[in-house]
Amino acid sequence: MSTPVETATRAEVCVAACAQAWRGDGAILASPMGVIPALGARLARRTFAPDLLMTDGEAYLVDEAGDVEGWLPYRQVFTMVAAGRRHVMMGAAQIDRFGNQNISCIGDWARPKAQLLGVRGAPGNTVNHAVSYWVPRHSRRVFVEQVDMVCGVGHDRGAPDLRVVVSNLAVLDFQTPDHAMRLRSVHPGVEVADVLAATGFVLVVPDDVAVSRVPSGAELDLIRQLDPDRARDKEVP
Amino acid sequence: MTVSVLTPDEVVGELGDGMTIGIGGWGSRRKPMALVRAILRSPLRDLTVVSYAGPDVGLLIASGQARRVVTGFASLDSIALEPHFRNGRQRGTVELTELDEGMLHWGLLAAAHRLPFLPIRAGLGSDVMRVNPDLRTVRSPYPDAGHPGGEELVAMPALRLDAALVHLNRADAAGNGQYLGPDPYFDDLFCLAAERAYMSSERIVPALTGPPQSLLINRAMVQAVTETPNGAHFTSCVPDYGRDEEFQRRYATAAADPDDWRRFRSEYLDGDEAAYQKAVRR
Repeated sequence: MSTPVETATRAEVCVAACAQAWRGDGAILASPMGVIPALGARLARRTFAPDLLMTDGEAYLVDEAGDVEGWLPYRQVFTMVAAGRRHVMMGAAQIDRFGNQNISCIGDWARPKAQLLGVRGAPGNTVNHAVSYWVPRHSRRVFVEQVDMVCGVGHDRGAPDLRVVVSNLAVLDFQTPDHAMRLRSVHPGVEVADVLAATGFVLVVPDDVAVSRVPSGAELDLIRQLDPDRARDKEVP
Repeated sequence: MTVSVLTPDEVVGELGDGMTIGIGGWGSRRKPMALVRAILRSPLRDLTVVSYAGPDVGLLIASGQARRVVTGFASLDSIALEPHFRNGRQRGTVELTELDEGMLHWGLLAAAHRLPFLPIRAGLGSDVMRVNPDLRTVRSPYPDAGHPGGEELVAMPALRLDAALVHLNRADAAGNGQYLGPDPYFDDLFCLAAERAYMSSERIVPALTGPPQSLLINRAMVQAVTETPNGAHFTSCVPDYGRDEEFQRRYATAAADPDDWRRFRSEYLDGDEAAYQKAVRR
């Protein structure tokens, strides 16, 4: 008997929403950044996206059981990026309405208030292949009018394949005529007004906003099996 | 040309003020830390450091010897942000050439191939172009269906290095080097991009054995080799040893406070390599 769906937590709704990002991608490299995106990618591979490739975080491709099925040192990762055979879900310290993302620094680049990671591979990822984002704390500090340093480029700067933004409150996408960010669904228990209040730019809101899918009993079983220590709850309490 | 077998201090003696130095490894993985520590003991200054940056860059920022860093990030892996890099940027004590990771790869590849640049998509549309105003784009001379006038690409300039420092698991005295871990990183490109390359190794052995694919460095790529057991500490050098996470935490904690850092420095870094190795084993 599977886990009752009423027991699904917000973190588990987020895992299912992240998993959904990779639906239909086929045999490409799924690169999730963060606990919940990683669980999402693994859930996707165990259910509706069995062809996805994933790494161990170092240089091996590993199958569902964690056994090595291939070799992917960094130089090969860059080749997969340039070949377009990858869908990354990155974090964002800041993101704007066209999906421009910042993970480099906050404040003036020349002398930042807060130095973060650096641009990493975000510029190359966003011009080469599918990109989604994960924001564990949806707030006006993250969803901003203008990012301080464009790392991942948005639709208005030439990104060919931005997919979804999953946050702890909602799922957002860019399926509007000018590719401005749109509210696709709110997670159960979240009001549209909550999302708007936590977003620092004008979000496109359709007449009917769906409620994000609650994972099925079988999916909940899998999530709990993949994350027995409930690391997901630390990312989204 | 014969490859010399030198001590770490002799390697650093061959470097000069103002040089552009490439450092192999990645983040907090297989970094030539014994050579970095030898730089810390030297009067070298005004260095430009090209690196997939980890504590190598952090230490050279903390010592004030790195004037500029060329990188796409600075991380300790298990600790997301390199603390001295963060401090240096926020205090304005270090200059930065911030590039996409793939651009860094391409810049090294261009230099290794003696090309002035290589075209790449990474960087287009991003603020990497804004903060590196010298970067140029180039238009492909070959039209394609999507780009009848030729695709516009970033012309990533060659990242030519005065010197490269890399750390391999095994080497021989002739200057051949072998990695035994899962990833070669970009150590071969760093060596070929450099005027002079220096390889440290866990062990210099009479003969290299194992899969031929693991023989990453050949003796045409390096000027000198040096034996530095535990020389990547506290970064990882698998399968010889993993990262010393406990020591790395101590490093990161100390970096957050100037007095703490002074104590850390005197306890671990002010002596020679033998003193360091003794101190970290306590």
